[in-house]
Formats: sequence, structure tokens, C-alpha cells
Amino acid sequence: MEALITFFLAGIVMVGGGMLASWLLSPKSSNPQKGEAYECGVPTKGPTHVQFKVGYYLFAILFLIFDVEIIFLVPWAVVMKKIGLLAFAEALIFILVLGLGLLYAWKKKALRWE
Amino acid sequence: MIESIEYWLHTHFSPAWAGFLGWVLVGAVYLGIFAILGLVLVYVERKVAAFFQLRLGPMRVGPWGTTQTIADAIKLLLKEPVTPDKADRFLYNLAPFFVVTATLMALALTPFGKHLQAFDIDIGLFFLLAVSSVGVVGILLAGWASDNKYSLIGAMRSGAQIVSYELSVGLSLVTMLLLTESLQLSEIIESQQAGWWIFRGHVPAFVAFVLFVIAGTAETNRGPFDLPEAESELTAGFHTEYSGLKFAFFFLAEFVNMFMIAVVASTVFLGGWMPFHLGDWAAFNAVMDFIPGPLWFLGKVVFIMFLMMWFKWTFPRLRIDQLLTLEWKYLLPLNLANLVLMAFVVLMKWHL
Repeated sequence: MEALITFFLAGIVMVGGGMLASWLLSPKSSNPQKGEAYECGVPTKGPTHVQFKVGYYLFAILFLIFDVEIIFLVPWAVVMKKIGLLAFAEALIFILVLGLGLLYAWKKKALRWE
Repeated sequence: MIESIEYWLHTHFSPAWAGFLGWVLVGAVYLGIFAILGLVLVYVERKVAAFFQLRLGPMRVGPWGTTQTIADAIKLLLKEPVTPDKADRFLYNLAPFFVVTATLMALALTPFGKHLQAFDIDIGLFFLLAVSSVGVVGILLAGWASDNKYSLIGAMRSGAQIVSYELSVGLSLVTMLLLTESLQLSEIIESQQAGWWIFRGHVPAFVAFVLFVIAGTAETNRGPFDLPEAESELTAGFHTEYSGLKFAFFFLAEFVNMFMIAVVASTVFLGGWMPFHLGDWAAFNAVMDFIPGPLWFLGKVVFIMFLMMWFKWTFPRLRIDQLLTLEWKYLLPLNLANLVLMAFVVLMKWHL
């Protein structure tokens, strides 16, 4: 627990200290053009935060399913050697069902990037 | 040495203060490791890149350009941090905190040698997976808060990519957990006393190693999977609007993340600080035992990092659809099949 807090605080101290140091040391100048978004010199058109491509969202949902699967598999993997055949059979069914899920997503063209 | 420092603290301070100061020292040492690792890796990467392209790389500052990255760091520290006017200032400044803190907490688990580990938690590998995926939050924040279209596209790509390849990293580690029977990093290394898992685990262990290195390279946003920061199309991706030291933090964290992938690969597959042994050949084993553990560990880590740099300078960059196809249609089904195969091998006790 102490280690967790130590490293969490160390990260904050590093970034915070670094930002403070660079703020103290750096030169400052103001210019209206300096604050513009850097898009290769061309003035930016329209709002940035527009509705984004739905493809990313689909992959995020698929990720969720398989990530939870991995979380379920971790404790199984640790004790698999001790339990033996029964654990193997159960995990086989579990993986098979999720494999079918992946196949379904594949056939539904959820994995196609357009 | 660690014991003597601890003894000195306990003789000079009350127990509570000694414990506190001990942790402060640990934190300071790991900050030093973080910074030095980043600086050295940037130099090594530039040199390796140069040699692959038959150039010399940095040569001007110091002998063979060895102090080039220190000069770069000082220059970045002295640069003015420019924040775009329309950026969300709070989130914009919060993003580097996420990235660096997540990386540092992963670094805490590094088993440099026997009992040379700051944080030996019993769910080590699981904790590592969890913490290393927090970094993606920082990247998404950076891209969103910058109010720059390139940043946003870069962050979205990065999110999709890290999240997808997280699966392959997790599944190939689960495959190895069948053999190690423990999540604690020190116990995983101890279980390889008789030989490294990559040799003892039959074919599936080797397949898992290959899959892990590919997915790990993609998870750290490195080439050929570096399209979140593809300079030819997105200027610099999610950190386009970051300047000065804030940019340096993203850069450092990326290199330390690469180090962490190499650490996990060398711990789980190549036996961490365990020396290489050849059966019952006592003379050979004695020579191998003579090399200290930390040196073995760093040697393996350097080997895997060199492999990752080799990838970067050999393969052309992928397109986003090719990238997601590679993960979801090739690596993930292969990983699931490999997991079942490994479970079967363990069940039949075919592993050595």
C-alpha cells in the first residue's frame, strides 16, 4: 500500500515539479497567432469536437466483451494445473462461446473498417 | 546496500520517520531511473535508427553524441510551454499526469534482481495490465483537450489501437499463467529455476512470446504501429499541441512503456534474472551463475527492446484498417486457439 502511494505521489511530483520548473525558467511572450491551433499553418475550419466515426465505438464495445473474458480467464489459468480435466472442459466451452461471438461479429461485418 | 541504508535510517530516526524517509528515497530513486531510462533509450533509439540507415546519428554533443539527449532535455525545459487559446486548460494539463503516473506505477513492479523489486504485489501481472492501460486515458484526454483536429484523430486512433492490442497482450499472458501458476512476478521467476518457460512450454509458449512482442509493440504506439502519431499525416498526433517539457513527458513515458513491455516479456518468457542453464552440465551452469542476476535481466530486456527497434526500422507503417484487421482477424483468433492448445499441453503434462 505504501508503495502504491509512493509511486502515485512520485508521478505527480515529477510532472508537477517539471511543469513548475519550466514555467519559472521559460521565456514568455504573447502573440495572438501563438494561441491558434497548429494545423500546418492553415486556419482551422469549424468546431473540432464534432461527432466522430462510429467505427471506433464498435471496436470499443467488442473490446469490452473480450477484456472481461480475459479477467474471467486469469483466475482459471492460475489454478488450471491443480483442477485438471474439469477446468479444461469448462474453459473450452467458455472460449468456444466467445469464439462464436467473434465469428458472429465478423460475419455481421462489425470488424470491417469503412 | 539496501539493508545498510535501512539500518542507518532506523538508527538515526524513529520507526515512523525511518519508514517514511525510506519510501521517499525509493520514490526519488525510481524518478531517477525513469528519467535516465528515458534519456538513454532516446539516444539508443537514435543510434540504432542511424545504423539501420547507414548513418552515424548524433555525433556532435559529447563523445559519440552521448550527451545529446541531455542537451535536448535542457532545451525542452527552457522552451515556453504554449497552450492553445481554445484548449480545455485543466484537462490539457492533466493529461501528462495520467501518462507519467501510470507508467511510473508499472515501473515500480520491475524485478531488477532477487529481492531487488520496489513493489512485489501478489497480483503483480494483473496489476501491471490494469495500470498500463490507464495511460490510454491520458492520451485520449490530451487529444480531446488540445482542440486540434489532428490531435483528436491521433487520440482516437491511439485509443482504438491500444484497446485492441490490450486483448492480445492479456491473452498471451493468460496462456503463460497456465504454466507459472502465480501472478506474483518474483514467484513467476522462481518457477523458472529449471529452465525458462519459452523453452519448457513447448510450441504454444513460443507462439505466445511472438504474439506478445507484436501486441506489445503495438500497445506502446511504436512503429510499424505508430499511426496515432504518424508525422506524414497528423503532424505529431495526440501531442501536436504540447510543447516544452509537457511534450517531453509524453515522449519519456512512451520509451519507459517500451521498457515495461520488454520487462514483462523477459520476466514471463525468458526467466527474468534467472541465468541460462544447460541441463546437467555443471561447469557451464557454474559459469552462467557467475554472471549476476541484474545483468541477466537487463541483457534480456535490452535484447527485446532491440527487437522492437528492429521492427520499427524494418517494416513500413500500417493503415488503420490493416492494423485493426491484424488484431481482430489474425492475432485474437490465433491467441484463443493458442490458449486452448496450451491448456491441453498442461492437461497432458507435455510441458517440461
